[in-house]
Amino acid sequence: MEDRLGEIRGGGPPKRHNARTVAALTGNPGCTRRAVLDSAGADKPALAERLGFPARFGQSRFAITRGNAFEAQLKADGGVELLRLVAERLGVPVPAGATWTDLGGDDDRPERSRAALTAGGVGPALFDHPLLGLDVAGRRVHLEPDLVAARLAGRFHVVEIKSFPVIDGQADPAKVAAAAIQSAVYVLALRELLAAEGHDPELVSHEVVLICPRDFGNRPVASLLDVRKQLLVLRRQLARMARVDDLLATVPAGFTADPAADPAALAAGLRQVPARYAPDCLAVCELAQFCRHEARGHTGALGRPVREALGGVVEVADVLALAEGGRAPEPEQAEAAALLRAAARLRADALTGNPA
Amino acid sequence: MSTLRALARAQAVAAGRAQPVATVRHLHLSDRPLVLVPLALAGEANAPLAALVGTAPDEARLLLVPQPRNRDQRFAFAAELAGVLLPYLDSFRGGTEAVAVDRGRDVRHRYVDAPQLLVPNPAGITFLRLFGRSTRFRRPDGDHPVHPSVPVLGRWLTFFAERAEQPGSAALVALTDALTLHWATGQSAVEDLHLPAVLGWLDPPPGSTGAEAAARAEDPAVCPPAGPATDPDFDNHRLAPAIEAYAAAEDDPVARAAAYDVLAGLLRDQLAPTWELMWRGVGLLRAVPPGARVAGRWAGDRDAFTAHAEHVDAGGGPQPRRDGAVAAALRLQRLERALTGWAVQRAYDDPLVMAEHRLAGEAFVGEVTLADPKRVDDSGRRPVLRPRIQVVTTEPVPMPVGATLFSPARPGQKATVVFVTPGADGKTDVVLELSGGMGRGLTAPAGSVPEVGERICLTSLSDGFLPGGAFPAPEETPWTHGGPPEQHAE
Repeated sequence: MEDRLGEIRGGGPPKRHNARTVAALTGNPGCTRRAVLDSAGADKPALAERLGFPARFGQSRFAITRGNAFEAQLKADGGVELLRLVAERLGVPVPAGATWTDLGGDDDRPERSRAALTAGGVGPALFDHPLLGLDVAGRRVHLEPDLVAARLAGRFHVVEIKSFPVIDGQADPAKVAAAAIQSAVYVLALRELLAAEGHDPELVSHEVVLICPRDFGNRPVASLLDVRKQLLVLRRQLARMARVDDLLATVPAGFTADPAADPAALAAGLRQVPARYAPDCLAVCELAQFCRHEARGHTGALGRPVREALGGVVEVADVLALAEGGRAPEPEQAEAAALLRAAARLRADALTGNPA
Repeated sequence: MSTLRALARAQAVAAGRAQPVATVRHLHLSDRPLVLVPLALAGEANAPLAALVGTAPDEARLLLVPQPRNRDQRFAFAAELAGVLLPYLDSFRGGTEAVAVDRGRDVRHRYVDAPQLLVPNPAGITFLRLFGRSTRFRRPDGDHPVHPSVPVLGRWLTFFAERAEQPGSAALVALTDALTLHWATGQSAVEDLHLPAVLGWLDPPPGSTGAEAAARAEDPAVCPPAGPATDPDFDNHRLAPAIEAYAAAEDDPVARAAAYDVLAGLLRDQLAPTWELMWRGVGLLRAVPPGARVAGRWAGDRDAFTAHAEHVDAGGGPQPRRDGAVAAALRLQRLERALTGWAVQRAYDDPLVMAEHRLAGEAFVGEVTLADPKRVDDSGRRPVLRPRIQVVTTEPVPMPVGATLFSPARPGQKATVVFVTPGADGKTDVVLELSGGMGRGLTAPAGSVPEVGERICLTSLSDGFLPGGAFPAPEETPWTHGGPPEQHAE
């Protein structure tokens, strides 16, 4: 199977997953194309570029600088500031100090992370850059969070540092939602790590501490996010996501997403692997522009509310044919056809200035 | 998404250009709107980077912050923006008109015109709201003094942002919202947030379809984003070096001026295409005749402008960070009423919007086949004029007997459903009893009762007065809502 995935991916090493891609993957679990490409670790940005639909997911230097500066500020001096914020938010006495373990950088990170996080102990401790693992679509995915796992009063809390502001106690809901699902990925991975070593997974709290700049300045503020709902969604969708061998069974032999391949052949091959494009994909998937181009003329490309309002009819051409009465509806389309005909008649009436 | 609007989107896809979903304009458009295209620095909490602002296409004024992380420069930008906005607001404080209140027992005055701010998209409104928040509490004295106009600007921007939450208000409008209220594009609602793409569908260049124009508009190299967010490639390869060059030239006035010019040129190039699009969009909207009830809603905006101007004149404080319980309940109710009223008024003004309600079973159109305009009901203590009409319609009539209906042609009149008789030929006979809108006598004035042969629309939507709810005074906030604010604060 590994060979097959390598063949799909092409020459390069598999792209690394991160919490963002895992979170995004669970956002559209019905998309086979995405599941196959992500399972194989295909280089989707290069693929999209080769297909003539370059993804635009660049990040501004200013945003990166600001994010790094804010993180460095919090992690300075062995995380004193971080510890105080987290403890205060959790309502536990601020400990005099905590051990700071940076698990990043060196080789052998998975082993060191496992050892450090499962060593036991109840004293306050902060673990920076742990390497975690999670099974996604039948494959082991390594996560390298920038986050900190804090052990306070014997429990682990995932601490997520984000540089979007919390103004008057409110932050951009879309950014908070994204942070919550990403944190849930870490909670899940941390719980699996503990469970694998025979510890109680509930030692990892479902309450994540989100640290953001407050108002318009650089002073940090901590908030609690309850990610139980996100954990449920994540677990269910990870379980539901077809196992990769089942997925591969539906993929035609010889299918490849190797960015080095001929663009026309690539496009033809990709069309054999069904996608489920929705406008939301544009914000999360590098291949979305290709899929959107392919979905042109489908009502789904206009968004789910539009498709539903059109009675679930898939093709725009069919919608118009049914609305004009130019084609007899299939039995299951009878209701939609009646609605569309009524809508077309009313619309034409009003546009031609027929009195109302 | 109503089926009618969804169908319009499908038609737009097939036709290759946007399709109308309104026959009249549902927003007031000022003759002299203040167009504002803001840009913010990525990653920062609402740090302004630049803005093009002005009241005419050839009067774009560029404001910019050469070092966006510098707080002093940020507030200097605010003072500069105040220097444009506040005189613009004052220019509407010339004439007032008297409005009768309290059933004619009193009068109040309001300005005959009011300012209107136009931004490219809803994110532009959010930017102004947060910029208002970051400036309205600043003080001209104390530790970090700012120019006295800065907190005033903050109060006004907050005022506009709050008006923008009110459905039907035209005080601060996102152009993408205004355009998609009147036309359906062949793309999704998410893609409709991008002004260049929307205009691509509305007015594609000769020889290309809306889809092609929209696709072109998505390439930031061809068409810069409409802000406030900038293109990351622009940030990394052009803006960052220009900002660094400006910072490096700190000690050399000549080099600094040159660096400033480079930066200004870069930012102007990013903003100018959006500026052009703003005015093109305004032109498209101006070509649509306004609906009958638009002026009434604009009067509401003029009232709000007058009240806030008086509040600011009287040295009123900044809007609170958060509403108290009573204020929040009042605001919610006001917004809900505005939303209901706006939906009804648009339907009354526009047969194409009413068609959405007809499809949803909230209205039907039929022909008057019988009319008894002289019918008097004398079963009560006093005889009253209660004409009856019969309407024949081919549309479904889900309204029950006893339901009260209204007709946009005679909004003051109620029509009560007396009989609904479905016919064999798919038509339905509806008998209605009319009351109101016919004077006080026992004879209906000519034209006040629909005549035989007239096509009329009857709807369950009412444009009548919605009474406000009764709320306690803030100091009587019930304990369920945190108690009176003083206690709450302790």
